[in-house]
Amino acid sequence: MFRNKECVAMLLAGGQGSRLYALTEKTAKPAVSFGGKYRIIDFPLSNCINSGIDTVGVLTQYQPLVLNEYIGNGLPWDLDRAHGGVKILPPYQGKDGADWYKGTANAIYQNMAFIKMYNPEYVIILSGDHIYKMDYSKMIDYHKKMNADCTIAVIDVTLEEAKRFGIMSTDENSKIFKFAEKPQNPDSTKASMGIYVFNTECLFKYLTMDAEDPNSSNDFGKNIIPQMLSAGEKLYAYPFVGYWKDVGTIDSLWEANMDLLGENPELSLGDEDWRIFARHGAQPPQYIGKDAVIENSSLTAGCEIYGTVKNCVLGAGVKVLEGATVCDSVIMDNAVIGEGSEVMYSIIDSDSVIGKSCKIGAPIKSAKGIAVIGEDICVPDGTVVQDGAMISKASDLDKEGK
Amino acid sequence: MSVVGLIFSNIHDSSIPELTSKRTMASVPYGCRYRLIDFPLSNMVNSGITKIGVIAHNNYQSLLDHIGTGKDWDLARRSGGIKILPPFISAYAGGSSSKLYTTRLEALYGVMSFISRCNEEYVVLSDCDGICNIDLSKIVDEHAKRQADVTIVTRKITEDETDNNDGIVVSFDDKDVVTDVSTYVAGTFGVEVSTNIVVINRLFLLSALRDAGAHGETHFYHDLIAKRLRRAKIFRHLCEEQYIQIASLESYFSSSMKLLESNVRDKFFNVENRPIFTKLRNSAPTIYASGSSVKNSCIADGCLIEGTVENCIIFRGVKVGRGTVVKNSVLLQDTFIGNNVSLNCVITDKNAVICDGRVLSGHSTMPFFIPKGTMV
Repeated sequence: MFRNKECVAMLLAGGQGSRLYALTEKTAKPAVSFGGKYRIIDFPLSNCINSGIDTVGVLTQYQPLVLNEYIGNGLPWDLDRAHGGVKILPPYQGKDGADWYKGTANAIYQNMAFIKMYNPEYVIILSGDHIYKMDYSKMIDYHKKMNADCTIAVIDVTLEEAKRFGIMSTDENSKIFKFAEKPQNPDSTKASMGIYVFNTECLFKYLTMDAEDPNSSNDFGKNIIPQMLSAGEKLYAYPFVGYWKDVGTIDSLWEANMDLLGENPELSLGDEDWRIFARHGAQPPQYIGKDAVIENSSLTAGCEIYGTVKNCVLGAGVKVLEGATVCDSVIMDNAVIGEGSEVMYSIIDSDSVIGKSCKIGAPIKSAKGIAVIGEDICVPDGTVVQDGAMISKASDLDKEGK
Repeated sequence: MSVVGLIFSNIHDSSIPELTSKRTMASVPYGCRYRLIDFPLSNMVNSGITKIGVIAHNNYQSLLDHIGTGKDWDLARRSGGIKILPPFISAYAGGSSSKLYTTRLEALYGVMSFISRCNEEYVVLSDCDGICNIDLSKIVDEHAKRQADVTIVTRKITEDETDNNDGIVVSFDDKDVVTDVSTYVAGTFGVEVSTNIVVINRLFLLSALRDAGAHGETHFYHDLIAKRLRRAKIFRHLCEEQYIQIASLESYFSSSMKLLESNVRDKFFNVENRPIFTKLRNSAPTIYASGSSVKNSCIADGCLIEGTVENCIIFRGVKVGRGTVVKNSVLLQDTFIGNNVSLNCVITDKNAVICDGRVLSGHSTMPFFIPKGTMV
């Protein structure tokens, strides 16, 4: 017999992240690399373990192979537990047929049996799309203090940004009285972070009602929350202050990486009290060659630098060979930048090899956009890839390249 | 192939007292992110050995901390896995087991119950003073094919080796049969000495240990091996791979600096299917600030480099301040170096602090050592 869990986390990790284009060709968005040695999902998973939540269901659907392999038994996050720990929850076949997860709410609905195994008082719903450090236990305390049925974490955004988010209107006690999904004329700047704490019973009630409604799109933001509001349930907004970034687009992913650099970086990963854990292999230390130049950059294990690296975030095992220059770019695990090549304002995904004397992207000041090279692509010697180009597979090089 | 590994964690502690006053030889940090025991452990794991006993003697807190459950080497197992074998001291004074072992042979007596409880056919012994990446399974295969009782892995002493304290010279005939074992005399080159990596049939080892005990033998080579050269089949196997032995603070320094050569790094760390594992610390990536300059150096994760670094080995969590110049130095874990410091040929142990403006220098033949946690 094991103790019941106070809170179980359900992490929605099935999204494709279609606005990351080439980067999510073969991997689900939560498994996209970030900050050199992390993947996006490391943030919610580390937040869970740092907040004392040791039972996490990860709902997968789109391209789950890399994600499944990455999470494995949960060892890097101390989530390999005798009872609880991290569990992958893919869509499954039931007695009445098989269903994909139709929406965020439907994904949880189909896994209510998983939650029941631990008999928790609270369920926290998370998504694998954001970079942030947050103590969920404080939010759960707030939820208890407010005696709420559901608590939604919100962050203050500008009125302009508010048009892109689900916006909460609250009274002076932070009680939510109105919810608007991507409003044209927002009347609040409290944006939903997609983090919900529910009383388990209340969650199950609304999920079941929602599942019975054939017109519902089975989404928390679109259906469950409005339903609960109109039924007069107690919904509260929990204000979060700190770094939080949606990395759903190429630009925001690049920006979030750059937030790690500079004199006083906006996001620090070296915080001993709130460590971000990640799975990584046995890579040797970094080696910096005799003629290397490195400025304002973040490097990790296995990197070998013989050229010039400026304002970059490099993943594990990245090699920058003699005479190569890499500026204002994010280079993911094991990519190689060949001799004399120039990479500017680009994102290069893992295992790609840039040949000799290539030119990828344009200087950040004049570029139309970020050049992106997808995973495991071999770019032949002398190739020129225009700024803003998106290379998902080798054949794209002929179209967009030279 | 069923093999159990046995690692001696303390045997060479006296070689570098500077680094082992507060830790075992096994837990001496090496190569930015490793401890010396990572090499024998990884060699065993990469050769398919999944049951390993680590014989401890004293000072083994740092060793316990490093090994943990063994999961970083995939050795956290229900059956087999890693076991630390602390010294067994009887509660009753005067008994035969009331004092700590002093030799390799006595250490083996102390773990006889572990060896006899195993059911593996072979035992591989290893020390922690050698840095190498070798395939032990090939040596065990050869041992089995020759139907040997003992195979001693040797290496050639070359002229660039300046110190070798207590090496055992292994003489052998044209069929690799060992004919003599003797103590190494400094300054002789071309001979082969034992790496102390030894493959032994487990049952042979047990009976030899009992017999040696009955005859009051104390030395593994001079007694247990030497007295059985005729009775048993004892072979030598020459290790052809890159092998560096650490026998003093000077050789610790020079062998650390060897890692700046790419072919040495490749032979240790970039061997296909044979990675070197270590305890993961989950450090953040290293930040190279604007204005920093780093040349020809190996650097671990979790560092902040704001100054100039040349020809250095820098461990996890080191900070090098602005205007600081560090050359030809080895900075162990969490060393903090302030601003406008100048260091040359210095080894700083863990958590050392060098305050702003200090100028310290040793020489490559006599590096300046700053002990653990010292503030300068």
